[in-house]
Amino acid sequence: MTSVTTLTPSAAELHLASRKRQSLIIVICCTVIGAAAQVLLKLGAESLAHPSLLQAAIGIFTNPYLFFGYACYGIFAALLVVALRHGELSLLYPVIALNYAWVSILSVVIFHEHMNALKIAGVSVIILGVAVLGRNGSKA
Amino acid sequence: MALVLFGSLLGSIGAAFLKAGAVALTRHWTSLAYNWKLLLGVTMYLLSSVFFIMGIARGELSVLYPMVSLGYICTLAWSRIFFHERITSTKLAGVGLILAGIIMMNLGSR
Repeated sequence: MTSVTTLTPSAAELHLASRKRQSLIIVICCTVIGAAAQVLLKLGAESLAHPSLLQAAIGIFTNPYLFFGYACYGIFAALLVVALRHGELSLLYPVIALNYAWVSILSVVIFHEHMNALKIAGVSVIILGVAVLGRNGSKA
Repeated sequence: MALVLFGSLLGSIGAAFLKAGAVALTRHWTSLAYNWKLLLGVTMYLLSSVFFIMGIARGELSVLYPMVSLGYICTLAWSRIFFHERITSTKLAGVGLILAGIIMMNLGSR
């Protein structure tokens, strides 16, 4: 081994690492808004019994749950685009699964759904998976 | 099943277009106005949710999560093919755990 790798990262590497961390934090915020959107969409979907494609599309503007649900999705998409500018798709897209964790917690709070051991384990494993991706993401 | 499957695939392709559009963004407003990739990404993402709503309303909830998982795997493939991102073992482990979690939640809700 003749080449010596420097242990201290350069300023550019540090900058890239902080950008990546920022992207990850933005996506995590995204998932909270996305969860709110999904709860609203569920409320909306329940109020439309068996919608056709057209009815579902019109419902976006006439059904308040669907309207605000999609408004949240709009904010979600805008934030996602900001994060994707500097972050990796393969890293940030799976993090969106954190949505499910928030949704299942919100389901208990809002819809008083039953939370069993398997669901709690599932939520924990998803959060663990995101934590693993987070370790990967903070590396330059 | 077809509605939810189509929704998932559309969502993952939409995410890839969002990424492509996001990279093309600059501080100038024209980069947003003429950004067809971003527009296509948003449209596909929106359409995928419409398909999800229709699928769920027609009782496709039991296949929702497996199909969504397929969407994640497709997204990894698009990331590698189109954006030349490295699929590291840490990423695979993270995605693996997330998918395991999704499956567990799905089994738990039966």
